[in-house]
Amino acid sequence: MNKPHSNKAWFLVLPVFILVAFSAIVPLMTVVNYSLQDIFDVSTRYFVGTEWYREILNNSRLQDSLVRQFIFSGSVLLIEIPLGIGVALMMPKSGKWSVISLLILALPLLVPLNVVGTIWQIFGRADIGLFGWALNSLGIDYNYAANPIDAWLTVLLMDVWHWTSLVALLSFSGLRAIPDAYYQAASIDRASAWAVFRYIQLPKLKSVLLIGVLLRFMDSFMIYTEPFVLTGGGPGNSTTFLSQALTKMAVGQFDIGPAGAFSIIYFLIILLVSWLFYTAMTHSDNK
Amino acid sequence: MAEIHLKSLAHSYDTSANPPEYAIRQMDHIWHDGGAFALLGPSGCGKSTLLNIISGLLKPSEGDVLFDGVRVNEIPPQDRNIAQVFQFPVVYDTMSVFDNLAFPLRNMGTGAAKINSKVTEIAEILELTDVLSKKAANLTADEKQKVSMGRGLVRDDVSAILFDEPLTVIDPQLKWKLRRKLKQIHEKFKTTMVYVTHDQLEASTFADKIALMYGGQVVQFGTPRELFEQPNHTFVGYFIGSPGMNFLEVKRCKEGVCFDNIAFPLSDAEKKALQHSTSNNLKLGIRPEFVHVWDKPNSQAHEASVEFVEDLGTYKIVTLTLAGVSIKARLQEDQKVPHKSTFISFPEQWLMLYIDEFLVEKENNHE
Repeated sequence: MNKPHSNKAWFLVLPVFILVAFSAIVPLMTVVNYSLQDIFDVSTRYFVGTEWYREILNNSRLQDSLVRQFIFSGSVLLIEIPLGIGVALMMPKSGKWSVISLLILALPLLVPLNVVGTIWQIFGRADIGLFGWALNSLGIDYNYAANPIDAWLTVLLMDVWHWTSLVALLSFSGLRAIPDAYYQAASIDRASAWAVFRYIQLPKLKSVLLIGVLLRFMDSFMIYTEPFVLTGGGPGNSTTFLSQALTKMAVGQFDIGPAGAFSIIYFLIILLVSWLFYTAMTHSDNK
Repeated sequence: MAEIHLKSLAHSYDTSANPPEYAIRQMDHIWHDGGAFALLGPSGCGKSTLLNIISGLLKPSEGDVLFDGVRVNEIPPQDRNIAQVFQFPVVYDTMSVFDNLAFPLRNMGTGAAKINSKVTEIAEILELTDVLSKKAANLTADEKQKVSMGRGLVRDDVSAILFDEPLTVIDPQLKWKLRRKLKQIHEKFKTTMVYVTHDQLEASTFADKIALMYGGQVVQFGTPRELFEQPNHTFVGYFIGSPGMNFLEVKRCKEGVCFDNIAFPLSDAEKKALQHSTSNNLKLGIRPEFVHVWDKPNSQAHEASVEFVEDLGTYKIVTLTLAGVSIKARLQEDQKVPHKSTFISFPEQWLMLYIDEFLVEKENNHE
């Protein structure tokens, strides 16, 4: 077979290649570049190999941050996913009230991150905030600025308030897409409400929930603004999550090398966990 | 098993409208115990609405549904002992085929041994034994449809199985197989089956009796042959058959009725009916299969011009014009194909008289 061979087709791929290079590969490689060198000034630089990586992995404060981060993201998923599904199941299916509840649910999603932080920062204060004042009046000693557990719960509550809507809206759209015949068949088969949820609704929600889980995991794993606005990562280091630790290192202390290594590790963790979620949720299809 | 009786039943989706618009206009209808029935009609004629009323997914706005004489209007689908197969196969995706078939039994609290034997038996009949351990999501459309039918068959208490255009998403070559399967299952179990379709071929191969629906009403209920030979409404004539019945608008004249200059004699019963009626909406209907095409002129034949000929493989359909009215006739395989013009006659026994679109019986059986 003598096929005419032409390399001109490669030109067609060029625009995409350039786009991807500038949006992802070049910035990422810059970080890789920093993470492998010790740079003093433009002309003074030393190749250090994996030294920064080893330093980062052995840094106990960062290890604490990582553990904190996993607990936070885990809690976020464990609360927001079931809660979002629950809200979606309880929403009116059509008509005026359906539209109204959709609008109400969409509202938190429109609030900018630092505004959310500020709202709760004020809302939770014991002197001028309704929430903090109410809790203290009930005899509960609530003070997010002094008590790590309170600060933690406030950040968690903030995230649940802000993002459960996303899961609820996704689930609602998924539920709407289930044809009536499924419910009719289930009722003829005498399925209980639980069985309808377990064998019809949940399986049909899987694809939207996959998106929901991935989005909520990635977003919560990168949380920065809310704890920063609320307590600046305190009290102590109790709400210092990975993003803030990274920012402190890169911008505060200007440790570009370790910060580069940290960024790469951070990125790989998100990639790995997202892949695990994706594989776990789609694996059962192929049997 | 049960006899289903629809008593002065009518349904309107919007009862607040004035006057209410009826999806089902008032009807009385009985589906006998153990029969295979088809509900045939064009889209939007109310056949699915009627099916959903029988299954209990819809509550009729007027009248009663009786199962073996017991009023079931208020009884929800799960307590009516019916099974329904939907247009699109409904299976529980995450369950295996076995679990799908066992699902209704488990919901009823049936013992594991009974479930096992029942599911195995039904899987055998439906030829699903090989895929019992497969996940239902990975089946083909026809297998899924068999599974959803099987969920009805495993139950001993099912008194009727309702089918809502179950072959819509099935490949043509498998449709025929599945239809045969349905027929076999009916012969084996003798369960009352009601089959909704808009395909007359499906209806007549499956059903002993067809209810033809039009505009929210059953216009004729009879065997496929009756619907073909004696359509009691012009719509039945038009809808059944391929192509449908020919209709000639006729006028009263002294011989009976006349079309152009052709007089058609009528039977006594028909003459009587014509005298009793003042309507001028008179039609004669004849099936294309019964229009006689002659090669040569003769005393009873009328000359008609040939418009076009459609070759349908084993037979041909000629479209003719007689006095400005288009008439279709079916030619047999070996018959000479006419050019330009030909001679046709209408055998008296196949000419049906319709007054105000309704058939007049040739012989009056009631007197």
